[in-house]
Amino acid sequence: MSKILTQQNLLFLLKGAGISLALALGALLIGMVIGILMAAGRLSKIKILNWLCTGYVEIFRGTPMLMQIMFFYLAVPVLIRMVTGVRVRMDVYMVALTALSLNSGAYQSELFRSGIQGVDKGQWEACETLGIGYWPMMFKIILPQAFKRIIPPLVSEFITLIKDSSLASCIGAGELMYNAQVLGSQYYNYLVPLVVASVMYLAMTLIISWLSRKLERRMAVSD
Amino acid sequence: MTDSNAEYMIEAKDLSKYFERLHALKGASLNVKKGEVVCLIGPSGSGKSTFLRCIHGLETPDQGEVYLDGVKMDPSNKVQYRELRNKMGFVFQHFNLFPNLTVLDNCKFAQINVLKRSDEEAQQVAMEYLAKVGLTEKKDAYPNNLSGGQKQRVAIARALCMNPEIMLFDEPTSALDPEMIKEVLEVMQELADQGMTMVVVTHEMGFARKVGTRVVFLENGRVVEDADSETFFTAPKSERAQEFLSKVIYD
Repeated sequence: MSKILTQQNLLFLLKGAGISLALALGALLIGMVIGILMAAGRLSKIKILNWLCTGYVEIFRGTPMLMQIMFFYLAVPVLIRMVTGVRVRMDVYMVALTALSLNSGAYQSELFRSGIQGVDKGQWEACETLGIGYWPMMFKIILPQAFKRIIPPLVSEFITLIKDSSLASCIGAGELMYNAQVLGSQYYNYLVPLVVASVMYLAMTLIISWLSRKLERRMAVSD
Repeated sequence: MTDSNAEYMIEAKDLSKYFERLHALKGASLNVKKGEVVCLIGPSGSGKSTFLRCIHGLETPDQGEVYLDGVKMDPSNKVQYRELRNKMGFVFQHFNLFPNLTVLDNCKFAQINVLKRSDEEAQQVAMEYLAKVGLTEKKDAYPNNLSGGQKQRVAIARALCMNPEIMLFDEPTSALDPEMIKEVLEVMQELADQGMTMVVVTHEMGFARKVGTRVVFLENGRVVEDADSETFFTAPKSERAQEFLSKVIYD
């Protein structure tokens, strides 16, 4: 057992944890941009935009994340070859980030949509009577208020992403789950690496929810 | 374009509004001259707020037209429609201040974004109107730390910062604690004294009588009586207005 818990192996797992965190954070941010755009699309009065965005959300929420990762890794290259005739090999990290981002974007669009709709109607009317245009109203008045109410669900989305990033191990992305499996197979002992990896996952998620509680409390003070 | 009588600042002709099956406004008309303070009064559900909101364009009337300075408000003519609407300031019952901005930024935001004023100019104008409503010392506070009366005074200052020619008030004191009503009415009276054209939906009969130059009494979506305020309160013509006054005024 002590043979496994070397500094080198722990660093190997820590590096994996760093990649898990980076994947989750990247997906959270890219997913946020997608989510805001999709929410705007779903709230817009333009029918086609509405349908497209709704379709996107339904597809990504209605299919397994693992399938989405596999699809981008294994099926998209086939599509690319069919269309362009070029053989491509996908970078596993890019695939993982893309799948996680697109998936998170679908979930976040629902968060933003309900957050935006939850802002008091009077705020929109006040902007209207002051002549404030759509985009300044959205970015300076509505979204900051929507953001505030969606911080808690956004944090749980982040935590979900950290856990879901482990699915990228299936395509060989060297994140925490994958690295733990590598160590396990190397030493014919899965117990120790999986326990250590679990502790690392737990450490990340607990620290994030602790930080978010602090943030919420601070924001509650400001108004 | 069929322009109307430019003698009036606001000319609302025969406005009708349905909310699904509810016929909230049934052909109400109103003319307002420059400098007049017109109070819209009437029982709950009489359509006074809907009437005011139709004049501003917060609700689109299903029938009828609104003319501002003789120019027809036409939502399909977007640039002109926006310009016309910007001539009117609107004060809401529930203030609708932006909770994520300070009092000062509430007053500056639209000036910078809509009127393209510089930051310094917007600041100067904002401070001028905050002084007018007596709240300069609250400039850095957030709305949720103000009392209802203070919020409404900020809302009035915010609207005034846009230099409107007309101010519309939708029950500005109805959401206030009783001891805060006066401070808001005083600000409004000062505004009236300075010659601002105002249309006020209100239940404050004292204000309507003292500050209002005219009273328009609505019931069931129709204008029942339109008279100068002294006449209205001393010798209302319609039976319905007499009955209303006998119920709301205690003396």
